This record gives sequence, structure tokens and C-alpha cells, in this order.
Amino acid sequence: MTIIAENPIKAVATPSLVQQKVIASLSKRHRKEKLFRRLGLSAVLISLGLVAVLFINIFSRGVPAFWQSAITLDIYFDPAIIKIPAKPEQQAEESDNDFRQRYLAWQTDVGFVNFNRLITDSLQTILPDASKHRRDLARFVTSGERFALRDMVVADPSIIGQRRTLHLLTDANIDVWLKGNIDRSLPDEQQQLSPITRQWADKLSADGIIQNRFSFALFMNPDSRSSLASAGLAGAFMGSFYMMLVVILLAVPMGVAAAIYLEEFAPRNKITDLVEVNINNLAAVPSIVFGLLGASVLIGWFNLPMSAPIVGGLVLSLMTLPTVIIATRSTLKAIPPSIRQAALGLGASKMQAIFHHVLPLAIPGILTGAILGVAQALGETAPLLLIGMKSFVASVPASPFDQASALPVQIYLWQGNELRNFFEARTSAAIIVLLMMMISLNGMAIWLRKKYEKRW
Amino acid sequence: MKLNKISNLLLATTIALTVSAAAQAQSRDTIQIAGSSTVLPFSSVVAEEFGNNFAQFRTPVVGSGGSSGGLRQFCQGVGANTIDVANSSRKIRPNEVEACKENGVKEIIEVKIGYDGIVFASRTDAALFKLEPQHVFLAQAAEVPQNGKLVANIYTRWNQIDKNLPDQEILLAIPGSNHGTREVYEEKVVIPGCETLPLVQAMEKDAAKKVCTAMRTDGRVVEIAGDYTETLARLTAQKDAIGVFGLSFYEANRDRIKVATVSGVEPNLDTIISGEYPVSRPLFIYVKGAHIGVIPGLQEYAQFHVSEGMSGFGSVLESAGLIPLSDDERAQMTQNIKLKKSL
Repeated sequence: MTIIAENPIKAVATPSLVQQKVIASLSKRHRKEKLFRRLGLSAVLISLGLVAVLFINIFSRGVPAFWQSAITLDIYFDPAIIKIPAKPEQQAEESDNDFRQRYLAWQTDVGFVNFNRLITDSLQTILPDASKHRRDLARFVTSGERFALRDMVVADPSIIGQRRTLHLLTDANIDVWLKGNIDRSLPDEQQQLSPITRQWADKLSADGIIQNRFSFALFMNPDSRSSLASAGLAGAFMGSFYMMLVVILLAVPMGVAAAIYLEEFAPRNKITDLVEVNINNLAAVPSIVFGLLGASVLIGWFNLPMSAPIVGGLVLSLMTLPTVIIATRSTLKAIPPSIRQAALGLGASKMQAIFHHVLPLAIPGILTGAILGVAQALGETAPLLLIGMKSFVASVPASPFDQASALPVQIYLWQGNELRNFFEARTSAAIIVLLMMMISLNGMAIWLRKKYEKRW
Repeated sequence: MKLNKISNLLLATTIALTVSAAAQAQSRDTIQIAGSSTVLPFSSVVAEEFGNNFAQFRTPVVGSGGSSGGLRQFCQGVGANTIDVANSSRKIRPNEVEACKENGVKEIIEVKIGYDGIVFASRTDAALFKLEPQHVFLAQAAEVPQNGKLVANIYTRWNQIDKNLPDQEILLAIPGSNHGTREVYEEKVVIPGCETLPLVQAMEKDAAKKVCTAMRTDGRVVEIAGDYTETLARLTAQKDAIGVFGLSFYEANRDRIKVATVSGVEPNLDTIISGEYPVSRPLFIYVKGAHIGVIPGLQEYAQFHVSEGMSGFGSVLESAGLIPLSDDERAQMTQNIKLKKSL
């Protein structure tokens, strides 16, 4: 006993050979540690810096696109221009289908009215010498707005003969000009707009008739190519929404069920080992492979429609499945065995022990895994390109079987649009919308975990 | 218990979804279009206006994938899971017609919708180019004539090809082989330029063709598989690069790029309609005859595409950059669609 107690005291007085070595290497070891800490810190700082650059870049470009040039016009629904038959009413003996046909024919009739005349007539009252430049005048307000006027008439024909003050979107190039997204000092031949249009835009903007208004079009409209200023994300958003719905309905219950079976019921043998290895492999398969599968099997064999969210959802479900299974299994593994044993000890069946006791405790973990899987699927683009979702779709899908685009694909499509000056900002705005959705999904996962987390 | 109910509900919805998917698979009421990215902007405008004007039909869906990609999809067969219209910036090839026939696509209605010019453009801060087809060939060829012999391409700067061209590094961004534009670029610029050389004129036809189309592989010619925006990005990154674009793309980005003259002619609407500017090509849509009457609105869409309001002079598509057909040609196309005149 005394020897052991004596040794440290001795070491201070006259260090042994080993201790001398340790003392000599001490400063070197400390230096190494300092270096490693600095390296780690700089790695963190560099990655944070890169993320900051990315965000500043996207936000500085994209945020202005949430506001868009709109002109305030006093529109007179001139009965001399809008000459349409009375809106059809359903007769007592008429079948629904006949009425629908008649109604659609009437709508087509209304579509033939030159609603652009209403806009140009109104513009002429506020613009000097407008009649000399009819072509420029006709292009001043973006062409999609004439359908907004038509829809107002279709909804309520009694509007004919009345005046309405409306905010109409200007042409995309006017927005670009007023925001300074094109070099204003360029000579005429390099400008997109005619000199007179630029003059008009500047004058109306100075008078406050053209103002930067919040762009509801960006959220309410589907994509557009004939009226670029009114291109929006509504179609892509609904497409993504339906796909996520399919993923949540398919991948989550299937994944959770598979995980429960594998973790709690399956016998441990070579087959289950093989299944386990394959699930882990599946999680590492590049997503584009699932796209090829979708194109050849789902569209080719099962004759599902092309560019439809149902196919996209099925493909993304396959992709998300392993993520959900792995997350659920690790959550189940983390539940203390004492809970199972206690339930079994009190006479519960295995099924009851799992469903009444283990699973409720595992729910926060399962939800976190599922939400992260869904968020990953939301941002996925590659497989969708292969199943025809890279298409231009100018309508909002009404069901998962209608043709649609998806948010990340819409970003890709806008990135390829030829009117760069306008769509560079629009693309960044779409990225911001997608990022916000991802961040809120991830935030929800964290919140759920924190809220229901239990410690043993 | 609650958990059981939820899982039962989920199971029921899943089954319902699968069953309705099977039922939906039988029919389709939206026109599906795919193909050339040059035609895509025009077709998209038509599709959108079509959907807005005809309340009884749904808005057609327009995909890209290049002329070859579109025609390949088009020729996959007949039925709801194949596309109805292929957009193409070149004429369909005989072997593609064969492939179509083999897969049961027998009625192929060819509709010319207008013309498009192909332009060579550089950044606005680069020098102005006055190109001849021969210059382009010499810049992109694998082998060039030198002292009566063919040697590996020696040119690295444009002024080595011709003293009058700017002293600028040779860098060409041309469309990839999936694009119809590539074929027109070769047929209207590279091969004519190649055939002006005496050495090539003296060669046999097959050998000459080989020399004319062989491209240098030292990285000075880049094939762009994506859209024109990718070509534009290449120009933004490299000041000396010259890109091949469609006229309509140039028109929308005049503040960023400027065009080169070819054979002394500046590309614009007038010089392309008159045929003075040598590098222009017709654009086509190919309509699947067997789908007319099955897919609602297909015939109406095709006719709408070549209607005066859509693609005549002063029309929507003209302001989008398409060079219109003459009124006679347009009438002929409408007639072809009505009679379902097949290739």
C-alpha cells in the first residue's frame, strides 16, 4: 500500500523515464489539439459562410420577385365590345350533361370577345398619343389579364356596362425595365421595349399608376408561357402536394408496418438478414434509378398516365420507403426492453405489448423519420424528369391523375426560360418558396421530437 | 385502438387509390406533346391559348427532350400511354418513319408551323463577327487542309483562319446531337463551308462527308445537350465563346448577346423570310392520326396551331419569335390536318 501512495510524490520530485517522455511530448500534444480545434472551427465557419453566400444570393435576387409591377386601370365593360348571348340557365327537363355542353359552348363564345380592347381603351384615356402606337399599347398589359376580365364576365354577366378599378399586371419586360434588371443605358436596339413603351412606363410609374404590388399571381396562377408576367407556382405546388399525399399514404404506413414486423416479429435468420441488407442498399440507390423504374413499369406496363402526380408519388414512395423503415427500426430499438417486458409480464399479448405500449412511445421518432423522408421526396427532381413531369403544364391539377409539374421541376423549367431578365428573379423566388417549405417541414420534425421526447 | 383505426383508414385509402389508378389508366383527356426545345416555347403558347379559348378541352401538356427524343417517344406505339404530338425542329427521318410503322404508328400527319433562324452569337462585350460558313467549318473540324494535305486542326484563334476575323480564342458552343438544331447547323453551315474547299471538292463523296462532319476533340468545340440557357451560361463564363442559338432566344436576350452575320447577312425576320440569311429551317409538329377522335381536341389543337391568329403574320407566335408560313402554306397545312394526310 505504501509503495503505491509513495509513487506520485516521487514522480514530482524526480520523474521516471516514462514520465519524462510524457512531459516532453506534452506541448506537442497540446499544439496538435489546438490545431485540430482550429481546423474544425474553420471547417464550420467555411461551410456556414458558403451557406450564407448561397442564401444571400438567392434572397437578394428572389425577394424582389414577390412584388411585381401592376397598373391600376379603370376598366369599362363596354357593351359595344362585349356582345354575348345571355348566360344559359339549366332548364327543368334538361339533363346535367346537356346543360354542361351548352354552358361550355357559351363560355367559348365569351372567349371570342376581344377583351384586350377594354384594356387598350382604358390605357388610351391616360396615355398621351397612344393611338399612334397601337402595337405597343396592346402589349403594355400582360396578355393573360384578358382572361381575368373574361372570367369576371363569365362569373357575373351583369358586370357588362359597369366600371371597375382593377390592378392588372404589366408585361414582363416592363417589370424588368422598372426594376432595373436590364441595363437602362443600353441603346434602343439592345432593349426589349420600344422607346415609347419605356417612356410610358416611367411616366406611369412616376405618377403612381404603375406600382410594385405583392404578386398574388406567383401563388395563384399556374405556369404560363404566353403571358410570362402571370406565370405562377400554383400548378407545381398542387402537383407536389398530391405527390406528398401519395407518399404519406403509401410509404409511411408501409414503411412503419415493415419496420414493426422486421424488428418485433420476424425470426432472426438468413432471409431476414438478406432483407435487412437490401433495405440498407435500397436507401443508397440513386434516385434517378427509381425514375427509370417508374417510366418503364408504372407507365409502360400499368398504363398509368404520363406527367401525373400519382406516378410521381409512387416513385417517390419507393424512394422514401427505406428511409422510413430505417428510421422506424432504430426508434423501436431505442425503446427500453423493460417496457415490453412489463407489458408481457402483466399478461398482454405480444401484439398488445407492441401496439399499446411500444408504438405510442416510438411515435415521435417515427414521425420525425417520416417527415424527413417526405421533405427529401419534396425536393427530389431527377426521377420526375423521367416520368414526363418536366412538361409545361398550364393548368392546376384537380386530382393526382391530372398532368402536373412539381416545385423543384418548376424551378428547373424557369431556369431554362428564354426571357432571362425576368425569370432569373422568378426562379430564385420559386427556390425561396421551396426552401421555406423544407425548413418548415424540418422545423416540424424537430418540434415533434422535442415535444414528445421521453428520457429513461 | 385509435392507432388501429388510423391504420385501417390508411389501408382503405391506399386500396381505393390503387383501384382508381387502374381505372384511370384506360383513358386520357389531355393532349400530350413532347420534343424539340426550339418548338417548345411556341407550342406552349399555343397549348395555353388553346386551353383558354376552348372551354370544352383541357390544356395540352408540352414536354421537351429534343427533336430526336420526342420522335422516339412518338414512335413508341399507339395508345393512351404514348404521346399524341411530337415537336421537331427538323423533318422526320425515313428510319424514324420505319420505326414508327413497326410499332403500329401508321398515320403520321406532318404539319409545318413556321420557320426559325439559327444564329451565331457572342457576348455584347466581345468583338463583332462576320462569319462565312467556311470559317465555321475550319474552326470546328478535326482535320483541315494545309499545303494540299489534311492535318489535325491547327487553328486556335479566329484571325488565323481569316485575317479579317477578330484576334480571339476559338471556342464554339454548339447544340448536342439530340437537338434538331444540330442537324441544321451541320447541313446549312458546316457542310456547305466544307465543300467550298478545293481539297474536299476533289475527294469522293463518302470520304468528303467524313471529313466535313468530323469534329475536333481538343475541347474547343463544346456540345450542349441542354437548353439555350445552358449555352448562354457558357458565354457568361467564357468571354471568347461563340454560341449557336435560335433567333427567338436571341431576340429575348438582346441585352446580353449580339449576333454574327453569316455570309454578310444579319439575321432578322425579314432576311429569314426572304431567304437571304442562309441558316434557317422549318419547324414541324407531327400529329398521331390514330389518336384523332380518341384524345379529345387533338385535331382542333393542330388546326388552332396553324390558324391565322396563332401563327400568321402579326400573330401571337410571331411576336414570340416564330417566322410565319405564307398564307398559302398555312392553308395547305390546315387542309392536311382536315384530310388526315399521312406521310
